[in-house]
Amino acid sequence: MEDTIATNELNSFQLDVLREIGNIGAGNAATALAKMLDKKIDMKVPQIRVMKFSEIHEILGGAETQVVGILLGVQGDINGSMMFVLDCASSQLLVNILMGRPARAELQFDEMSCSALQEIGNILAGSYLSALSTLTNLKIMPDVPGLAIDMAGAILSVPAIEFASTSDTVLYIENEFTDGMDSVIGDLFLVPDNASYSRLLHALGVI
Amino acid sequence: MVELTKVGMADLRVSCHPSVLTTLGLGSCVGIALYDIKTKIIGLAHIMLPSSKIATANTNRAKFADTGIVDLVQQMEALGADRRNIIAKIAGGAQMFAFASANESLKIGLRNAEATRAVLAELNIPIKAEDVGGNFGRTIELYSEDGRLMVKTIGCGVKYL
Repeated sequence: MEDTIATNELNSFQLDVLREIGNIGAGNAATALAKMLDKKIDMKVPQIRVMKFSEIHEILGGAETQVVGILLGVQGDINGSMMFVLDCASSQLLVNILMGRPARAELQFDEMSCSALQEIGNILAGSYLSALSTLTNLKIMPDVPGLAIDMAGAILSVPAIEFASTSDTVLYIENEFTDGMDSVIGDLFLVPDNASYSRLLHALGVI
Repeated sequence: MVELTKVGMADLRVSCHPSVLTTLGLGSCVGIALYDIKTKIIGLAHIMLPSSKIATANTNRAKFADTGIVDLVQQMEALGADRRNIIAKIAGGAQMFAFASANESLKIGLRNAEATRAVLAELNIPIKAEDVGGNFGRTIELYSEDGRLMVKTIGCGVKYL
């Protein structure tokens, strides 16, 4: 039986390591996004959030805000979810750039746009996880992405529910991407399950 | 204007008349709105999972349909409600993400709704109305005034149960 640490027992050093993991993964993802869009992409210092379920709704500035969420399961040595969440204006911008349409063209969430957004999620998660995999020497693979356009609270609860039977808190490693002019593009979340962040810390030799 | 009291995920609240309880952004979670037609005492729970029996961490009873609903009724009774006068309305239980692979854990919304119905039946509390399923999030507001339940979605606007 492997040692696992409860989310509320992580010390500040371990949290720093997880933050650095977020930094490395998201750095890679930001580069991929920048290349894909041929646009400068910045990112903020990652945040490690250990949250009670009752607080999750507050993460993205309001449970009822309409957002686009792209969710991917994570499998292999690390289990959990990755989620890329963006507001509607940003997803419009991303899809338009990707499809070679004028940036302000109105976005219809048709099959093509949804597919493009899923692909963005796929590429971001893939580059994030491959950086993580290289760093830790663990096998980590993303699943096929799913897409939802709805209330932030309803979308963020999905990765949380997976852990609800084994934990009362959930760990989000959050990265915010901006376009270089400080306007937010989206948030990338890694939500590892209980055994997985312990395994990450193990692989890096900090527990 | 009666103030709105928020109920978070895996949380529950009860209150006396006049009051309004709300929970925001229900996805596959289920919101259980109880109303005592005589005393106008209301209770709202936001459950995440069907059963506490499969869980290894169940310190928070409000997280599960089986324990959460029982606690909700008890807390309403502590305020003076009578179980025989309580009616229920439920909302939520959606499946937010559509995946090609039929993963069981993704059908959690459906299972939450089923468990909720079963627990309410066991407690002899009739379900007067429900708005469950689909693939969209819901915000609900429960009014002690007449027990009406507002259900708000992004795609379909506002309706009352």
